[in-house]
Amino acid sequence: MGKTLFDKIWDAHVVTAVDGGMEVLYIDRHFIHEVTSPQAFSGLKKRGIGVSRIDKTIATADHNVPTKNQHLPIQEELSRYQVQKLVENCEEFGVELYGLGHPYQGIVHVIGPELGITKPGMTIVCGDSHTSTHGAFGCIAFGIGTSQVEQVLATQCLLQKKPKKMRINIEGELQAGVLSKDIILYIISKLSASGGTGYFVEYAGSAIRSLSMEARMTICNMSIEMGARGGMIAPDEKTFEYVKGKEYAPKGKDFDKAVAHWKTLFSDDDAVFDQEFTFPAEDIEPMLTYGTNPGMGIKISQTIPSESGKSFQKSLNYMGFESGESMLGKPINYVFIGSCTNSRIEDLRIVADYVKGKKKADHVNVMVVPGSKQVEKQAIKEGLDKIFAAAGFDFREPGCSACLGMNEDKVPKGEYCVSTSNRNFEGRQGPGARTILASPLMAAATAIEGKIIDFRSQISQN
Amino acid sequence: MDKFTTIHSSAVPMPIEDVDTDQIIPARFLKATTRDGFGDNLFRDWRFHQDDSPKSGFVLNNPIYSGQILVAGKNFGCGSSREHAAWAIHDYGFKVVVSSFFADIFKGNALNNGILPVVVNEEFLNEIFQAIEANPNTAFNVDLEKQTFTILETGKSVSFEIDPYKKMCLINGYDDIDYLISIKDQISAFEQQQLAF
Ligand code: SF4
Repeated sequence: MGKTLFDKIWDAHVVTAVDGGMEVLYIDRHFIHEVTSPQAFSGLKKRGIGVSRIDKTIATADHNVPTKNQHLPIQEELSRYQVQKLVENCEEFGVELYGLGHPYQGIVHVIGPELGITKPGMTIVCGDSHTSTHGAFGCIAFGIGTSQVEQVLATQCLLQKKPKKMRINIEGELQAGVLSKDIILYIISKLSASGGTGYFVEYAGSAIRSLSMEARMTICNMSIEMGARGGMIAPDEKTFEYVKGKEYAPKGKDFDKAVAHWKTLFSDDDAVFDQEFTFPAEDIEPMLTYGTNPGMGIKISQTIPSESGKSFQKSLNYMGFESGESMLGKPINYVFIGSCTNSRIEDLRIVADYVKGKKKADHVNVMVVPGSKQVEKQAIKEGLDKIFAAAGFDFREPGCSACLGMNEDKVPKGEYCVSTSNRNFEGRQGPGARTILASPLMAAATAIEGKIIDFRSQISQN
Repeated sequence: MDKFTTIHSSAVPMPIEDVDTDQIIPARFLKATTRDGFGDNLFRDWRFHQDDSPKSGFVLNNPIYSGQILVAGKNFGCGSSREHAAWAIHDYGFKVVVSSFFADIFKGNALNNGILPVVVNEEFLNEIFQAIEANPNTAFNVDLEKQTFTILETGKSVSFEIDPYKKMCLINGYDDIDYLISIKDQISAFEQQQLAF
């Protein structure tokens, strides 16, 4: 029987098996950040041990950093202390840190790929559930808790139970105006917020193959939103081309050798998945969420469904929506473009392309937060910052920002925010904030119109 | 980690589905650099108004419910990997969380912090909710050794699954690092034959 892409990588990383079915998995790269690492470093200190492989550990500050005036000391005391703690821990343990002020600083899942740290065939973990993003390169990448961060720091290994395998195929051609964010919101709306629990997902099919690396990252990023530990896409020429020449990519002959290995990373024809789904690409439209988990999504042409049950009603009450309503025409006061889902240069280009020569509606607050210093620099180089400024958008410095509302970038109570981030949980963007997840194109259109529109008529005219 | 054997306690009912980690502990309370004190902010925005006064309708503010067991609707703990969610639950005083379905990362985090996640089927979950509704003092017994969860009043008992290695860790208060450190030589040997990236 053939092997799946997942099996090939997993099996190559098993150090040993433990009685009862757990396995010791070797980890190739470990990303850490300020929020989920301090307690892990304290644990190492208590045990009197160091970091096992500093050459495989990379740190950045992203979750809890301001997105304005990053050159000044952080105003808020607890945040300043937490970021400072990361600096101290990295110094003490010898871990490379791309902290505030560093030209490589940024959201951990944006900087890994753009620096060429993320490569096909690797096992990658981070104390953050969206580590699944890196799966776009054909890696096994998943989020872990702080106790596990400590395990990996201490031993470069993790005790894991091998998950089940699922394949999701998207076949055919995407409609105009449909982005990869819509594909993943569509999939989650079909499978629910728990439909992938216990599984590792491989995305395949002609529509997936047609996507850029950045668009693939958006899809893998949100695998966790259906409960899956991670998602992955088999590497291909686009992947190799993307990695080539990046700072930490292998060079010259080493690169050729690496590519020869990477070309073996695909699911064999006779590989068996525990579950498999196929959806036609033509069925996907620009998507919106109407509720308080990412599975509560509809196509722009649909109306909010009706479901029995306390949890569903609680969710609609929180959002201030009713079953049977259309989302079209809903006035929106906040738009957030950013997060590890949609803050890469390609996302900012899509937004800039749409808003060029336009101005935002007066009542809308629009934040554009690049995923990294490098994205910010590139955007400025291409003049995107000027397009944003002319449109009245607030182009800020890199960080997680309003994705999780840990710093001061929050959405006020009761306000709707059309957001390119990945979670619409109650209060995610600030206490009482109402998040509507959407693609960067939908976010851009909402910013200009001040309400939710079906922008497809506009783009087909272009 | 605390050792876990049996728990005999009443339970707190939370018949809500898809309780995510942002509800268990909102991000703005993740600024601490130690593991302590998160219990005060457990379910912060469901439990307190913005002026910090308690919301009377929320179950943790209702004195008739108490105990070391939290019973919740399906897909408990979905969302972020923040272990702070498990720390908050533990710090508040819960030792067991019962649901028909747990999110993967939360389940792992719970086990790594001496909290036992007990999975029961939907039907039995409803029986538990009904038993608590009829009598908030209903006592339950959780026996990790025998892997049973029992409603003491009716005597109805179900068995639950747990990975044998994780069970051993909970019972003895061991954590994974102790084990991984013990096989360090094996890990080094594995590293030698790894492909260079
Ligand atoms: S941008 Fe949001 S989802 Fe991504 S790592 Fe930061 S907080 Fe997590």
